[in-house]
Amino acid sequence: MTSILFIIILMYLLGAMGYILYLCAQKPLYHRWGYRVMMAGFLLHTLAIGYEFFRIGHIPAQNLHQNLILTGWSLSGVFLFIKYRYRLNILGVFAAPLTAAVMIAAFCVPSVAVAPTPVFKSLWLVIHIVIIFVAEAALALAGGAGVLYLIQENAIKTKSHRFFFKRLPSLEFLDKTGYGFIVTGFTLLTVGLITGFVYAQLVWGKFWSWDNKEIWSVITWLIYAALLHGRLVSGWRGRRSAVMAIAGLAALLFTFFGVNFLLEGHHDEFTKW
Amino acid sequence: MTNSRNGNGDPVTVPDLSRIMVIGVNHRSAPVELREKLAFSPEEAEKALHLLQDSPHINESMIVSTCNRVEILMVTQDQSLALETILSFMAAAKAISRPRLQECLYVHTGDRAVTHIFRVAASLDSMMIGEPQILGQVKDAFKTAVAKKSTGLILNRLLHKTFSVAKRVRHETGIGGHAVSISYAAVELARKIFDTLDDKTVLLVGAGEMAELAVEHLIRNHSGTGRLLVANRTFSVGVELAGRYNGLAIHLQEIPEKLKTVDIIISSTGSPDYVITKDHVKPVMRSRKHRPLFFIDIAVPRDIDPAINRISNAYVYDIDDLQGVISENIEARTMESVKAERIIHESVIKFAQWYESLEVVPTIVDLRTKLSAIAHAELTKTLNGLPHFSPADRQALEKMTESLINKVLHDPTLFLKNPGSHRNKSVYLDFTRKLFHLDP
Repeated sequence: MTSILFIIILMYLLGAMGYILYLCAQKPLYHRWGYRVMMAGFLLHTLAIGYEFFRIGHIPAQNLHQNLILTGWSLSGVFLFIKYRYRLNILGVFAAPLTAAVMIAAFCVPSVAVAPTPVFKSLWLVIHIVIIFVAEAALALAGGAGVLYLIQENAIKTKSHRFFFKRLPSLEFLDKTGYGFIVTGFTLLTVGLITGFVYAQLVWGKFWSWDNKEIWSVITWLIYAALLHGRLVSGWRGRRSAVMAIAGLAALLFTFFGVNFLLEGHHDEFTKW
Repeated sequence: MTNSRNGNGDPVTVPDLSRIMVIGVNHRSAPVELREKLAFSPEEAEKALHLLQDSPHINESMIVSTCNRVEILMVTQDQSLALETILSFMAAAKAISRPRLQECLYVHTGDRAVTHIFRVAASLDSMMIGEPQILGQVKDAFKTAVAKKSTGLILNRLLHKTFSVAKRVRHETGIGGHAVSISYAAVELARKIFDTLDDKTVLLVGAGEMAELAVEHLIRNHSGTGRLLVANRTFSVGVELAGRYNGLAIHLQEIPEKLKTVDIIISSTGSPDYVITKDHVKPVMRSRKHRPLFFIDIAVPRDIDPAINRISNAYVYDIDDLQGVISENIEARTMESVKAERIIHESVIKFAQWYESLEVVPTIVDLRTKLSAIAHAELTKTLNGLPHFSPADRQALEKMTESLINKVLHDPTLFLKNPGSHRNKSVYLDFTRKLFHLDP
């Protein structure tokens, strides 16, 4: 398994390299190869997760190691879909290294064997986990689009048309893309949270148990809800939207990692080491 | 060619190309803040020409003032005194300290001055190489100077030559191939702000030629869904321009209201104050749902308050900022400008030849040659009808003709060598050449 993980990481790194080369040299050849290598990495990644699924008999999301592998998988999957659908090549500069970084983190975190609990044997859980992870990937990419927006906006505002100005797409496009990610991510996050509540009802007999992970998930959800509300009602756009997307990403990261390490909760047992 | 040479060794009497002098600032030598301060309105230019005419050191003068440059072109007997006159005049008239002024002024004399004015008019020295407005602006400046009678023989000739050189450059090179360079820069920028320009509304503030050019390229990038609004002080001009592009003319007072719906604003009025300020823009951002607003300010003095750039989702580019965007575009035209430089070089040489022909000695020589030629032709004709003349008789007749020519030329020669006033010497020389048709 380790060697397969190693190959997957290598592929994502090569993909990241392709995209960074594309950013610097602006030759389509690079992003095309970056895309292909990423795609190959993603397929192998999918196979590896599928294998793991059947080996242990439930979704491999028992420890941080497995969670990170799932995160990397959903990130590259969402990116590849968006790239295929909207030809947004430049986002690869953000997505490919991020995927590689997540996978390297997964590689470094030891895979602690956890005794299989009946909690994991449920279709609800599979749906909950997959949807939440895909939502988080979309929201992470929204944060990426936000970062690119701020870079491009800064270039236009300060009138220094250097490196990034030529390479990044228009502000409106970055804004729209970020918005698209957020709508997708937010919808999935909502569905994911609902499935989580339903699952909690099935397992623990209550929808809501003031668990830290639950609280922070709802806080994250509220931030994105505020962003969408601001956009739809007051027309928050551009810079504010980008900053909010980045803030949302920070909350998301805290919900994902911070809660596990700093706070206690019932996700603990399967998200800490 | 610029050094004095004259049979009498009198340096002052020699028409010398170095008498032509240009003092100026342009977009490379001075920032927009200083250029807008130095700019002459047409009225100011007239007044300044009047003052320069009174200066004993300046024989002829004209002032070209555009948003990118101020050029004072003159003919002088004494360069350093003329420079001094201009410096103190500009420092006083424009309230700028002399060291600051000297920092960003350039001075060209002689064939370099001629080259400079040719290059300016041919749009080789423009911020956007090949932009076509500059020739019209130089023509207008020349018209003003002629009306004020501040130009004379040399500048008149120089400017007419300048116009024909500029025309030649335009026709024979591809330098004006992309005549809409300011728009090119603007569209390029707009594309980095807006995803598509098709559905964007453009507001023109000021319906001048410059604005029209700027909008032309934007319009061309519209597939028809975008709208054009034109706000102009003279409403009828706005109506006319709007009509040409299927747009709508509005009053200047409507601008703040229209800011709610437009996306791109191109401003090019002659207004000395800001036409659109931060207070106009800030309140409308909410009602336009923070959709981006892109201001392109091609006016000098500027029309758009630069503080607007600090408002979120509003972007202001003035004429200097556009420079950055087009620097690459300029590179692509280098090949064409090489050709243009060759044409200009050639024309400078031709102009210098004309100028040299204004010297006394060549004129007298030409005059004598012409009279001799006529005399000899007539003599031959006459002698052919008189075959009985002996060789001695013929010689006597030839001698008489020679001395006749000498006698006739005596006074004109003396006069041309010393017409009493150095100022008008070139005028007399030119007149003589014309009177006797010495330059066929």
